[in-house]
Amino acid sequence: MKRYWGFVAKEFMHILRDSRTMLVLFGMPLAQIMLFGYAVTNEVREAGIAIYDPAQDDITHEITHELLASGYFRLEQMVAQPEDMEAIFRKGKVKEIISYESGFAEKLLKNGTAQLQVVTDASDPNTGTTLRNYTFGIVGQYQRAHLPAGTKIGGIQPVVQMRYNPQLKGVFTFVPGLITIILMLISAMMTSISIAREKENGTMEVLLTSPMAPAQIILSKVTPYLLLALIDGFGILALGKWVFHVPILGNFYLLSAELGLFVLTSLSLGVLISTVSPNQQVALMLSLAGLMLPSILLSGFLFPIENMPVALQVISNALPARWFIVIVKNIMLKGLGFASIWKETLFLAGFAVFFIGVSIRRFNIRLE
Amino acid sequence: MSAISSQSLTRKFGDFTAVDNLTLEVAKGEIFGFLGANGSGKTTAIRMFCGLLAPTSGSAIVAGIDVAKQPDAVKTRIGYMSQRFSLYEDLTVKENLAFYGGVYGLNRKEIKDRSNELLDRLGFKAQENTLIQSLPLGWRQKLAFSAALLHRPEIVFLDEPTGGVDPITRRQFWELIYETAATGVTVLVTTHYMDEAEYCTRVSIMVNGRMEALGSSRELKQQYGVDNMDALFFQIARPGGTFTHA
Repeated sequence: MKRYWGFVAKEFMHILRDSRTMLVLFGMPLAQIMLFGYAVTNEVREAGIAIYDPAQDDITHEITHELLASGYFRLEQMVAQPEDMEAIFRKGKVKEIISYESGFAEKLLKNGTAQLQVVTDASDPNTGTTLRNYTFGIVGQYQRAHLPAGTKIGGIQPVVQMRYNPQLKGVFTFVPGLITIILMLISAMMTSISIAREKENGTMEVLLTSPMAPAQIILSKVTPYLLLALIDGFGILALGKWVFHVPILGNFYLLSAELGLFVLTSLSLGVLISTVSPNQQVALMLSLAGLMLPSILLSGFLFPIENMPVALQVISNALPARWFIVIVKNIMLKGLGFASIWKETLFLAGFAVFFIGVSIRRFNIRLE
Repeated sequence: MSAISSQSLTRKFGDFTAVDNLTLEVAKGEIFGFLGANGSGKTTAIRMFCGLLAPTSGSAIVAGIDVAKQPDAVKTRIGYMSQRFSLYEDLTVKENLAFYGGVYGLNRKEIKDRSNELLDRLGFKAQENTLIQSLPLGWRQKLAFSAALLHRPEIVFLDEPTGGVDPITRRQFWELIYETAATGVTVLVTTHYMDEAEYCTRVSIMVNGRMEALGSSRELKQQYGVDNMDALFFQIARPGGTFTHA
């Protein structure tokens, strides 16, 4: 036990003294979550809108209020007459114009329908679509909440309801993916490189001739990365919750347990990579090209798996990251319990057992 | 009692016989040179002596322990220094010694006392908090050797300890080996440098897994009628046709 802690302490010294390692461990996760949370997002905030409201009744006022209260829109100006719209768009400050028909409330209550027209500046099509969707969502919500059933605001098609992330917040979908990638990076890549370094420097041979058993050596090498991965994992959850208000709807302990399982799977993968790598460079290349890249591209983090060609879908299934992202999303964003993720959990556990088994086998062959 | 004693020690990898019927006695306190070309079976033999590799047949008693039966028990009684540099460059001198001491199960006081004594003897006391990476190669090597001796092993295995080192440093390193052997520690050293064979009490020359010659360098030179170890080496290793001098 004393040997073990001495070894772990030495391992921490390696980590703490290498500024690049520290940067990867702590700087990168922070930078990434900030990037994904603030910069790389398709959300639109406070887009300038103009409103043409000849009706000026309670309902149009209420709808306008709801729109402006959402935070997505900022009232740039009121439109005096429909002919001005063209000129307003040209000035470029207004991205969307909402125009109510005259006698909006009266028609709505008498005929059960009234027209509301949404015109967006589609010179930036993504923003245009997003703004339109926001508007539909807000008007639809108002309609369901405040108008008698059967009445319908015309010109508004029924919108697909966005569940779990009704505001389509980018950071909601990035947090599960980001945790997965970061954990994989620390547990698999950093671990494999650190074990390969001992081989490259010849220290592994010396350690193997010492009274420490091979399993003990590997366990001591892996421990610091286990701790650091957990720190980073929970750190991202905390940042998500308190900075970006990403909720953890499901059971926190279940999420923690799954996080632990995924770290274990990744660590065993890291050990496996190190057993086939004679030096740090091979370990780095194997981790990057064989693991990180597929995990980022094919795990469903950036691109939906359903849209991939069948061959890539098959590869995707072989990635632990793909299953873990589903687990995190289900627990965090949907608030589902273990019943919804037992299959994914089983896959992860299976991967871990498989990787550990192969590593032990490879290690023994090497010693033989 | 001999420090190392092997009887028909053999190791096969599939059809390939890496070490073939090695029978050897190394006396306590001896400096034994283990010579041979790359791939001649030196490393395989050493790995068996260290308990890293199980023999296919035959036996080896190292420091009184049968390595085939108790490979782990032998590990506390031997030291090992690899041909590649075996200290951590990003740790200080003291931290390296503490780490290796800890790996061998020494307690804190033992580590402290032995480190201090060793650093005093080498004259490195002032550098104890220096990172290994900022020390010259010769110093590092002496430290690596000393680290391998920290747990007071009965036998120390040196696998090409002087590869790529300048002649003066090599000379100093050999002085350290002599000092160590004088305290009763058995040293088994592999080398590519034939002049170093002259420093050894006895040498063995391995060719294709078999031990082809054994004796002191003087005896061997007489026996083969040559006047230096290089010539001897060529004469013994050439008939096999696979000798390449590295």
